Amino acid sequence: MTTTVTEQAAVRKDSPGEADGPRRRPGRIRRIGLPYLLLLPALILELLVHLVPMVIGIVMSFKELTQFYIRDWGTAPWAGLDNYAMSVDFNAPVGEALLHSFLVTVAFTLLSVGLCWLIGTAAAISMQDTFRGRGLLRALFLVPYALPVYAAVITWVFMFQHDNGLVNHVLHDQLHLTDKPSFWLIGDNSFYALLTVSVWKGWPFAFLIVMAGLQNIPRELYEAAALDGAGVWQQIRRITLPSLSAVNQVLVLVLFLWTFNDFNTPYVLFGKAAPEAADLVSVHIYQASFVTWNFGAGSAMSVLLLLFLLIVTGVYLAVTSRGRRPADA
Amino acid sequence: MRTIRAAAAGAVVMSLALAVTACGGGSSTDGGGSDDSPKELTYWASNQGASIEIDKKVLQPELDKFEKETGIKVKLEVVPWSDLLNRILTATTSGQGPDVLNIGNTWSASLQATGGLLPWDDANFAKIGGKDRFVESALGSTGTQGQDPAAVPLYSMAYALYYNKQLLADAGISGPPATWDQLVADGKKIQAKGKQVLGAEGANVSENVHHVFTFAKQHGVDFFTADGKPDFTSDGAVSAVKQYVDLMAKDKAIPEGNAEYAQNQSVSDFAKGRTAFLLWQSASANLKSQGMDEDKYGIAPVPVRSGTPGTGAQVNSMVAGINLAVFKNTDNLDGATKFVKFMTSDEEQKILNKAYSSIPPVAAAQADPAFNTPANAVLKDTLAKSAAALPQVADESQFETVVGTAVKELFAEAAAGRAVTTESVKARLEKAQQQMPTK
Repeated sequence: MTTTVTEQAAVRKDSPGEADGPRRRPGRIRRIGLPYLLLLPALILELLVHLVPMVIGIVMSFKELTQFYIRDWGTAPWAGLDNYAMSVDFNAPVGEALLHSFLVTVAFTLLSVGLCWLIGTAAAISMQDTFRGRGLLRALFLVPYALPVYAAVITWVFMFQHDNGLVNHVLHDQLHLTDKPSFWLIGDNSFYALLTVSVWKGWPFAFLIVMAGLQNIPRELYEAAALDGAGVWQQIRRITLPSLSAVNQVLVLVLFLWTFNDFNTPYVLFGKAAPEAADLVSVHIYQASFVTWNFGAGSAMSVLLLLFLLIVTGVYLAVTSRGRRPADA
Repeated sequence: MRTIRAAAAGAVVMSLALAVTACGGGSSTDGGGSDDSPKELTYWASNQGASIEIDKKVLQPELDKFEKETGIKVKLEVVPWSDLLNRILTATTSGQGPDVLNIGNTWSASLQATGGLLPWDDANFAKIGGKDRFVESALGSTGTQGQDPAAVPLYSMAYALYYNKQLLADAGISGPPATWDQLVADGKKIQAKGKQVLGAEGANVSENVHHVFTFAKQHGVDFFTADGKPDFTSDGAVSAVKQYVDLMAKDKAIPEGNAEYAQNQSVSDFAKGRTAFLLWQSASANLKSQGMDEDKYGIAPVPVRSGTPGTGAQVNSMVAGINLAVFKNTDNLDGATKFVKFMTSDEEQKILNKAYSSIPPVAAAQADPAFNTPANAVLKDTLAKSAAALPQVADESQFETVVGTAVKELFAEAAAGRAVTTESVKARLEKAQQQMPTK
């Protein structure tokens, strides 16, 4: 922490007032300088909490940071682009595994976000009209979102167990849908197990946000549409969804980023070594760095992931905002 | 104006970022040990008993005793196995950690390479009564050969075959099997009575490695060459891994459901009388806490391919155990050394190893009659005659991860009903080997 204090002093010298240096207009300097001064504590905390770890992570990705150097990682030799080259060499095992994990994650994220949005929106629209017990249902729907992740997911682990899990009991013992009890936590089915838990955990958030968005649509629109003879589907398609587009833009982006980066769900569900079918990239990177003790390679993979998410976010915002900008302006 | 503001903000960001990055570069880990706080110690214990609560109950009275003798207060934290290695790595990286800690003895060489642990040279050993107080096999798992040990042995354990006496009698089997073929044959009789044969933790990476290591020894190979290079795909290694996985895939001795076990479910299965056999280290205390009395089960040496346990291809266990290490950044070096001396004293060794049903690595403590019961005699015998240390190389921890994961995937394939062939085993091991660090 000592560095922070000395830094504060150093930073003040760089503050815009003095850098500007026009002694003729001291009042103006004060006026410009004050907001920065007030922002400074927040800025420093933001730097400490967010940016500095990111910068350190990026620096680490250029180092050969293995077990031999972690005790004093300033001394780790620079690796140049080696860590990156290894991560994207898709013919070698490390790159191939990363690519596989990346593709699994993309498929998983698309499905999960799609289902979360669909279920959340459907539930929110059907909860729109007042009826008895609506408050209770709304509260009930939010439970998965409110539960602590670990407790919720570990319950799913018990339900997915092969020998005495609830899922196999229902699917196999009661409904006789499968010839023999399935494995959910290992092998190919693990993908569907993960998807189920992720959707179960994620849709209440979509529900909450869409519900809030619905409150802003004037009732008159629906009344006018009903007078014009529009059915329920037409009302949803022509009024509800277009009115929600701004909300949906943010909602889908946030869901995408959360789901893509989700670590807790797969980690609690599968432990350190996730099955190949459900090898999400966050756990994969964790394994690459923590379990094999190669933090440089892990950081390089993280930076690649960050770049990918930045590009996706940028493209997404550019595409989804294009149609609306003239109207907003 | 706007450009100046942006430039100023940029300058703030850069200067802060640079300064803090430089600080992160290890200034906090510079120092070695010191004696700045001589009245206090932090001790990370591994989870040896059936639960963390039980560990606290076992250890706290001993720590109180130590405080009475020396006036040093020991703050105890029992760290679960799932977190221990990560916690140690984090402590090593940050320089902020405990003073004294337990490590799995197989990690010794890997952690030694980080330089985070105090080396036990002759001078340090002299402070705790000398190196020759410890038995040879336990000292073999304290770090890379030829270097000063990174830790001292605390508890020694070995794998044994636990068998349910009633289930064997029901199936008309007179005694525990001495070879794998015999175990498989006995298994058919047990299955005929509607019981399961052998429990395993198929999704537990470390357990998998421990077993395939022993099988590899029985096939006359090691997973590392003499100069410490990974060698996972030799014919012997492939047959060894295949033989272990075949216990489920071909012999059907391990139930398919065990492929997803990773939380000691196989111990509960055994305690509840569902499975007849269990390969485990020092399970007695654990079984007792799950309600299985000591007269209900027997303990026999782990089977071999033929003949009787011994050295070379007759090895039937790894040298399992816990080592006690001093964190190099300790601020109470003298106290930490005293604490190690206390924990490895004859008297404490007897108390602690009795509580955890392990074997003391201190020769004098082994003489206690408690360690000569038939059950403990098997473990002691195995450690003395037919146990081998896991490779003491810096990459051991990575080896556990990649090979253990390969075996986990093979179990998953076997459980899904897919064929496990020499080729599929070899492909998995090849992939595992390619994931090892190349230097």
